[in-house]
Amino acid sequence: MSLDLATTRRIAKLARIGLDDQEIEAVRAQLGGILGWIEILDEVDVEGVPPMVGTSVTTTLKPREDVVTDGNCQDKVLSNAPDREGPFFTVPKVVE
Amino acid sequence: MSYTLEGNTGTWEIVVGLEVHAQVISKSKLFSGASTVFGGEPNSQVSLIDAGFPGMLPVINQTCVEQAVRTGLGLKARINLESRFDRKNYFYADLPTGYQISQFEHPIIGTGIVEIELADGSTREIGITRLHLEQDAGKLMHDQDPKRSFVDLNRAGVALMEIVSEPDIRSPEEAGAYLRKLRQILRYLETCDGNMEEGSMRADVNVSVRKAGEPMRTRCEIKNVNSIRFVMQAIEIEATRQIEIWEAGGEVDQETRLFDPHKGETRALRSKADAHDYRYFPDPDLLPLVIEQSWVDQIKQTLPELPDEKRARFQKDYGITAYDASVLVAEQSTADFYEKVAKGRDGKSAVAWVTGDFFAALNRTGKSIEESPVSADSLGAMLDLIADGTINGKIAKEVLEEMFETGEAPIEIIDRKGLRQVTDTGAIEAAADDIIGKNADKVEQYKGGKDKLFGFFVGQVMKATAGKANPAIVNDILRKKLDG
Amino acid sequence: MLTDLTIAQASEGLRKKEFSAVELTKAHTDAVETLNGRINAYITVTSDLALEAAKKADAQLVSGDAPALTGIPLGIKDLFCTNGVRTTAASKIIGNFVPPYESTVTAKLLENGAIFLGKTNLDEFAMGSANLTSAFGGVENPWHRKGDPSVMVPGGSSGGSAAAVAAHIAMGATGTDTGGSIRQPAAYCGIVGLKPTYGRCSRWGTIAFASSLDQAGPMTRTVEDAAIMLTAMAGHDPKDSTCADIAVPDYRAACGRSLKGLRVGIPAEYRAPGMSEEILAVWQKGIDLLREAGCEIVDVSLPHTKYGLATYYIIAPAECSSNLARYDGVRFGERAEGATSLDDLYEKTRHNGFGEEVRRRILMGTYVLSAGYYDAYYLKAQKVRTLIQRDFTHAFEKVDVLLTPTAPTAAFARDEKPEDPVQMYLNDIFTVPASMAGQPAMSVPVALDSKGLPLGLQLIGKHFDEETIIAVGSALEKAAGFTARPDLRAGVSA
Repeated sequence: MSLDLATTRRIAKLARIGLDDQEIEAVRAQLGGILGWIEILDEVDVEGVPPMVGTSVTTTLKPREDVVTDGNCQDKVLSNAPDREGPFFTVPKVVE
Repeated sequence: MSYTLEGNTGTWEIVVGLEVHAQVISKSKLFSGASTVFGGEPNSQVSLIDAGFPGMLPVINQTCVEQAVRTGLGLKARINLESRFDRKNYFYADLPTGYQISQFEHPIIGTGIVEIELADGSTREIGITRLHLEQDAGKLMHDQDPKRSFVDLNRAGVALMEIVSEPDIRSPEEAGAYLRKLRQILRYLETCDGNMEEGSMRADVNVSVRKAGEPMRTRCEIKNVNSIRFVMQAIEIEATRQIEIWEAGGEVDQETRLFDPHKGETRALRSKADAHDYRYFPDPDLLPLVIEQSWVDQIKQTLPELPDEKRARFQKDYGITAYDASVLVAEQSTADFYEKVAKGRDGKSAVAWVTGDFFAALNRTGKSIEESPVSADSLGAMLDLIADGTINGKIAKEVLEEMFETGEAPIEIIDRKGLRQVTDTGAIEAAADDIIGKNADKVEQYKGGKDKLFGFFVGQVMKATAGKANPAIVNDILRKKLDG
Repeated sequence: MLTDLTIAQASEGLRKKEFSAVELTKAHTDAVETLNGRINAYITVTSDLALEAAKKADAQLVSGDAPALTGIPLGIKDLFCTNGVRTTAASKIIGNFVPPYESTVTAKLLENGAIFLGKTNLDEFAMGSANLTSAFGGVENPWHRKGDPSVMVPGGSSGGSAAAVAAHIAMGATGTDTGGSIRQPAAYCGIVGLKPTYGRCSRWGTIAFASSLDQAGPMTRTVEDAAIMLTAMAGHDPKDSTCADIAVPDYRAACGRSLKGLRVGIPAEYRAPGMSEEILAVWQKGIDLLREAGCEIVDVSLPHTKYGLATYYIIAPAECSSNLARYDGVRFGERAEGATSLDDLYEKTRHNGFGEEVRRRILMGTYVLSAGYYDAYYLKAQKVRTLIQRDFTHAFEKVDVLLTPTAPTAAFARDEKPEDPVQMYLNDIFTVPASMAGQPAMSVPVALDSKGLPLGLQLIGKHFDEETIIAVGSALEKAAGFTARPDLRAGVSA
């Protein structure tokens, strides 16, 4: 299956990975190749087969009790922030 | 008598569905052990899970699941014993992991019903499509810095219930009634505090318009409206906007819009060019959530009496009107207060006092019912004193005011201020004779046919007894003396 | 030489006071110092911390209250978050990330007395099969072709761990396996690599690649050592909802267990067309050895094997596209300079921070999950995954364990790296199906090929039956008598 440039651009935008025209073209070709190879799955009849959910033995969630056991660790949370302002993380100004 | 809007090309009806985000009452977050308490120091109520650190994993909070089930039962909804969590993928500064954990294909609660009452006394059923659990996002602050927005993740990961209605709502009034009723139910269940000002309940409003008998036309979603009044305004404004577009031969775009209450308009939030593609898929960090029917049954046992049932019971048990019952059940605390006052007494007189002078006094002093200096027992005691003739209704108003000021028991006030009702006929007769003697001209006129003057004599006698005379006895004596 | 000991031998020596933990650790930190410049097995070396810890280990050994791994120096794949020690996932995007927390698996190892020599190299975010995508440079396989100085790849993604163990600059190491990332490098480097059942080890604190597949496991020079390490690493963790609440046996006890009457399945579908004679020969050798050890050899069929890789290359990228969305330059990690808007910040940070292969997989995953394609790709793949799992379930009704080659070839030279990503993906053809089904599997070195490079065989077991693969693995190891060591290793060359 081949992939067109517009779709490749849309995907890059969705994934928030900035790519220049040359990179977009390279990605388009490579993804196209992989998608072509994946077409082998067309052979498989999955009629009536349920999708896999979870794996193996553990199949359902085990909830935790509603107790405050975490948080209250502002220093840890902020310790790796590349651009910190007081107790806040920052991003370029967002206009809502 | 349905609600419609008149356009140039005819009559339009509106179609509205609401998606309400209700913050679940729980101590810790949906998938982390960080506190949910409102108003902490920025980024202090954040775990490394909430902040999306590498390798962090979510673990579901049992109480949040229970609250969702409780709410589902309160909405008479189907409880799905197996539900799943999915990731809704999108990038935004308030979403640390780049995805919101939500329930897409398999919500925990299925279809249910909310019955609303309208001003004309009629009722309607609004369908609930589903309720699912999901995470709240963090908060951005835009005003502290000219070039940057600041990120506080204290809210990130707090559990929300998204409650989606069917597009059954046909007027702003119905939308308001639905939201009030939903909030009432959530508060009765204690699953959400329903506080729209603090953002613990917010609504996304889906609005479209159509002519009678038409299928649905394109709808717009107005995001994050944070008061019932604004929801009602936004619906009317948005419907009017859409009608204008259709009538001008245009097309309404399916889009997300914001309501600006200051300008009284809705405007597009994002352009279609960067429309979202959320790439939902089952969260591989979480397995299916499976709950037992027996557990659901247990929760059902602990459900309080809900507003609809309570209202019906109040009407039946206390003989009060539907309107009075609605006023009383609006808040659980009011209903409880009333019930304490009314128990074993005359329900009608109880509702008159509770919704009349008592509410007025609360209003005047700016107090909530929980802070009332007059307890239900105390108000009940006062009603007993009226019933047994210790005081009359007029004096009772004075006593109630004094109770609000001093917090004293009514009987203490009555005794301290000497307000007991005068039932001594001799004293009343003496007062009546005195008044008649001083007002010979009026007696003349009364006997000449001016019946209305009877009230004058009653008033004068009451005045002479400082309002304490039993009005029935005053009436009796005056009748005898004037008519006899 | 202390660096030549196995974990089991070293543990005994420490207890008999033949040498101290400080001596053992020092021998390793010295060897790391000498060899790492060339092999590049470690991204971050923590010799000082290791020697500190060794002193404490000695004290513990004296007190007599010393758990199994006390004083044993290990390498830790740089995908496990380590408290206060830089953790990079071999990516520029978190190249300076210092976690304020310890992953469950490494915390368990520390509780068991282990000493960490440093953080081992890997393919960026564990995406790769040759350790060529690391932002910190490639790893050299300590093995070389006879008379050929070409640098061989160590396999991937746990290539640094595999090379460190093979070169005796770690007694053992942790790896993670998503589609073969423990087993394939183990085979390329002539060591043992065990991927436990999905859910056996906690994933908490391990940087995620594909959540429904990622599983931590030990990489060691002997099966017994793998059993010792796994006993320490495995176990329930309430912080990981997918981690099983099943008791952890003493896996070491399974070593040397009799194989009489054990049924070993040979899946026909692993006889891939074009497979090298040498691989087929080593597989046959394994079959013969196990038969001699008393096993019954049974032909089985895993009909959906050939769809494993395609399924994997839908599911793993899909999950990674979502798991890697958190690397956005806001809360941790590298942040692009001069961004003019929020989206600009994201796009620049993620373009600059991620290498080409990681970007490719994120984009692939984004595509297969996007509107209109979900059903055709992701949903379909999850259904095929069910069929793959059913294949194993059916096979395990007839046999106790499966024996297959680990990889279709021996290690290849760095300059033979295929340009086509699909060719590269084929390295995982034999390891991926067990990953898709969550089965435990182990690669055991069995022989050298004609060029002198090691070849491994893979044992695949029933869910949570690591004991059987350990029992069979230790028998196979003994019977094969694989004693070859690479030319590049501690004390031999520099």
